[in-house]
Amino acid sequence: MVTAANISAQPVWQILATVTDPEVPVLTILDLGIVRDVNMVDGQVQVTITPTYTGCPAMDMISMNIRLALIENGYSNIKITTVLSPAWTTDWMSEEGKQKLQQYGIAPPNAKQAVCTPDSFQEEEAIQCPLCKSYNTKMISQFGSTACKSLYQCNECKEPFDYFKCH
Amino acid sequence: MNQNLIDYTLHLADTTLILAQRNSEWCGHGPILEQDIAITNISLDLIGQSRNFYQYAAALINLPITIGTANNPADLATEDSLAYLRTEREFKNLLLVEQPNVDWGQTILRQFYFSVYQLYLFQQLQNCKDEQLAAIATKALKEITYHVRWSSEWVIRLGDGTAESHQRMLAAIEELKNYTGEFFIAAGYETPMGIDFALLKQQWEEKTKAVFEEATLPYPEKTFNQSGGKTGTHTEHLGYILAEMQYLQRTYPGAEW
Ligand SMILES: [Zn+2]
Repeated sequence: MVTAANISAQPVWQILATVTDPEVPVLTILDLGIVRDVNMVDGQVQVTITPTYTGCPAMDMISMNIRLALIENGYSNIKITTVLSPAWTTDWMSEEGKQKLQQYGIAPPNAKQAVCTPDSFQEEEAIQCPLCKSYNTKMISQFGSTACKSLYQCNECKEPFDYFKCH
Repeated sequence: MNQNLIDYTLHLADTTLILAQRNSEWCGHGPILEQDIAITNISLDLIGQSRNFYQYAAALINLPITIGTANNPADLATEDSLAYLRTEREFKNLLLVEQPNVDWGQTILRQFYFSVYQLYLFQQLQNCKDEQLAAIATKALKEITYHVRWSSEWVIRLGDGTAESHQRMLAAIEELKNYTGEFFIAAGYETPMGIDFALLKQQWEEKTKAVFEEATLPYPEKTFNQSGGKTGTHTEHLGYILAEMQYLQRTYPGAEW
């Protein structure tokens, strides 16, 4: 529905499209799908975001960067709210974001599927090497350089790489 | 003010914070780089959960104050004041999580016991009538799933590994066997939360038994349950953890970087 509030929120979305993830700077916060809502209420910009991972230390910085970007663009009355529900999922990452990740050298998340279960020693997902595009890869560790990634290695080109794990 | 809800939220916050603090002692000391990163990543997840719980507890505690007129910001509870400025007797964490790391085997077993408990507890909390606790639990379940997988695989790997790793797991089982019963003994503030402790116990035992079997480890026989952590009576270990964790804020109040 197009309302006055929506129309005046449009420029805000454009500003938010310039705010990037401090840990994966190739992704904007819109690519990540963490901006849930933008509203203009009585001259106040209200931005609602949701964290990717519970323990993601980048969230405080993302919130601050949103505020700075809005201030730079002339907004002063800003309210940023964090909501937990519904919980973020890697399925909310945009297709464009997934392509950018791959070009950056990080394997993008597979669609959320059976692998997100607690069973031990399950068959690993087929993850495509972001460099040589081979599916002949193996997981080295479920936990990688940040909370959102696992560490893989390509059996073809031998390169280790990060996989943005399904969540 | 709903004191039961505040106490329960603090219990969840303290438990996740203290386990995170314990695990983080491995930072730079893990058996191999990848596992050093794994255990500290789990710490990070747990700190994230504890922050969510502390922030919520602070909001609940401040509720009657913010309605009043004259607010001195220093009087308001914050996630930091709750973590850094409460005493040992005020901490409501489970006794299990304050137990020492000892070696990789005991650290793994402690994490495994806890993650399985957390998995089934949070599945119940997802449907809790308190919306914020439900939201935190729903979100946390995603990472808890990975913690259960990782710690189960390590219990199996060590139990069904070498003679030494098997021996160390036996020692860890002996050391921790009296600290899991507390999971299922409801503290006064837990009763109104509507948790089905019988179901929780049944699910926890089922899963831990299955993994122990695969790990060729004997399932510990229950003789005696240590309890009291949930209401502030701790083993001697918690004081040392808090002394280290709270030192900076106690010595330089309000210090920031
Ligand atoms: Zn490759």
